Amino acid sequence: MNVNALEIIEPRADHEAADEQPVMDRLQAIVESLLFAAAAPVPLARLVQALDGHDRREVAAAVRRLAETYEREGRGLRVVEVAGGYQIRTVPEHGPWVRRLLGGKPPRLSRPMLETLAIIAYRQPCTRPEIEAIRGVDVDAVVTTLLERRMIRMVGRKDAPGRPILYGTTPEFLEVFGLPDLDALPPLRDLGEMADILRATDLSVTSEGVVPTEEASAGERGDAFEAPDESGDDS
Amino acid sequence: MTGSWPVKLDVFEGPLDLLLHLIKRNEVQITDIPIALITDQYLATLEQLPELNLDGAGEYLVMAATLMLIKSKMLLPPEPGADGEVEEDPRAELVQQLLEYQRYREAAERLMERPVLERDVFRGGGEPLERSTLATDGPPVRDATLGDLLAALRAVLARAQAPQPHEIFRAGLSVGECAQRILARFALGNRVAFDAFFEPDAGRDEIVVTFLALLELIRLRAVRAGQSERFGEITVWLATETLGEAVELARQLTDAEIWGRSGEDDERQRSRDH
Repeated sequence: MNVNALEIIEPRADHEAADEQPVMDRLQAIVESLLFAAAAPVPLARLVQALDGHDRREVAAAVRRLAETYEREGRGLRVVEVAGGYQIRTVPEHGPWVRRLLGGKPPRLSRPMLETLAIIAYRQPCTRPEIEAIRGVDVDAVVTTLLERRMIRMVGRKDAPGRPILYGTTPEFLEVFGLPDLDALPPLRDLGEMADILRATDLSVTSEGVVPTEEASAGERGDAFEAPDESGDDS
Repeated sequence: MTGSWPVKLDVFEGPLDLLLHLIKRNEVQITDIPIALITDQYLATLEQLPELNLDGAGEYLVMAATLMLIKSKMLLPPEPGADGEVEEDPRAELVQQLLEYQRYREAAERLMERPVLERDVFRGGGEPLERSTLATDGPPVRDATLGDLLAALRAVLARAQAPQPHEIFRAGLSVGECAQRILARFALGNRVAFDAFFEPDAGRDEIVVTFLALLELIRLRAVRAGQSERFGEITVWLATETLGEAVELARQLTDAEIWGRSGEDDERQRSRDH
């Protein structure tokens, strides 16, 4: 199928410059199909590979144009760069509706999980004792859960007594939090700065764990559509 | 907030979390913690712990000892070191630890503020309306009913490969063996997703025997099955204190017992219930 589509656009070199625009639109549409059909983020190199005959620059431009089109037209989708590739995703504001359609609750990310994940993300590779030293609690169960959810993985063993396992984050971690790569993690605050800030700011994090944000944001929207009430099927 | 103090220990993530809470509540500076006050309040909170869950409490007790050590050091007149060096503030290490912890706590909050896949944003492609890889892991609030388990079994069977025509019937996979195999899964953690018991390439016979073994383990109260919401993913967890106990319970699951004396077992079970 792709092959046929490509045959149509292949002879573009023979066309006049005036035809350049429709050809680009075609390429953009094919990129849209590819990103839609792929479950995982697609690296640019893979798109180029699939779109045999187009160079990297052309394909990158098509992705960018697709992303711009979505934004400009206020569509319900966005092209985002995550985990080293491109992915088509729904816009965050539509989350409540999508979730109601799909059923079920959002994945629970408890505070212990997030804290442990943050430590691993920033310090990787790191060992369990290192995480425990920072959090002051045993993290055995949390690490197991994070491994099961494929947010972290074993990346080796530390050259230290007992050769403890070293953990690092996975591409899934980047995908879940919408990060292009690890460099996109916001920088950690340095310790001196922390002490100053702690004087002024509120330390509180709700003890129920960190709750999904959309309850708050849904209320602020002046949309004609109201976000679905999700408390209904909780019983 | 005077007198009794409506705070339960289990809302805290650990001793550092509790300490940060106390520092904030008293509106004191983290770099100049009134150690006597905070230690007293810390110990008072510990005393409210209704039952000592030794695992969790251990960490709180270690911190209590640290606090008391710092408190006592603060009471002593500063003693110049051997070479006349000024001694470090006894609180320094603790402060460092609290700041370090708070730093990652903030980082965790910032992660949470991002649009999270399958919470705020959703990707296309993949299988339609598939339950994601991000299994829910909240504490199960309800026991799974037989209906829930059967629905989950149906889903597993639907995924099972069609029997290979040339395959010879697998010899003697017993319920007892399967039960032990199920329990082996708990060696790595005490909660296992229902689906995890069924190998992706398992045949229907294997699936059914595994399911029977699971039902038997539930009946024997070696494990419990539950879900955090109706129609949610079913999670199975150990109902005994240790894996060893569960394995011991499962030993009675020889085929003879299941098929021959299950009625008797049930009666024993019932009489124990009363």
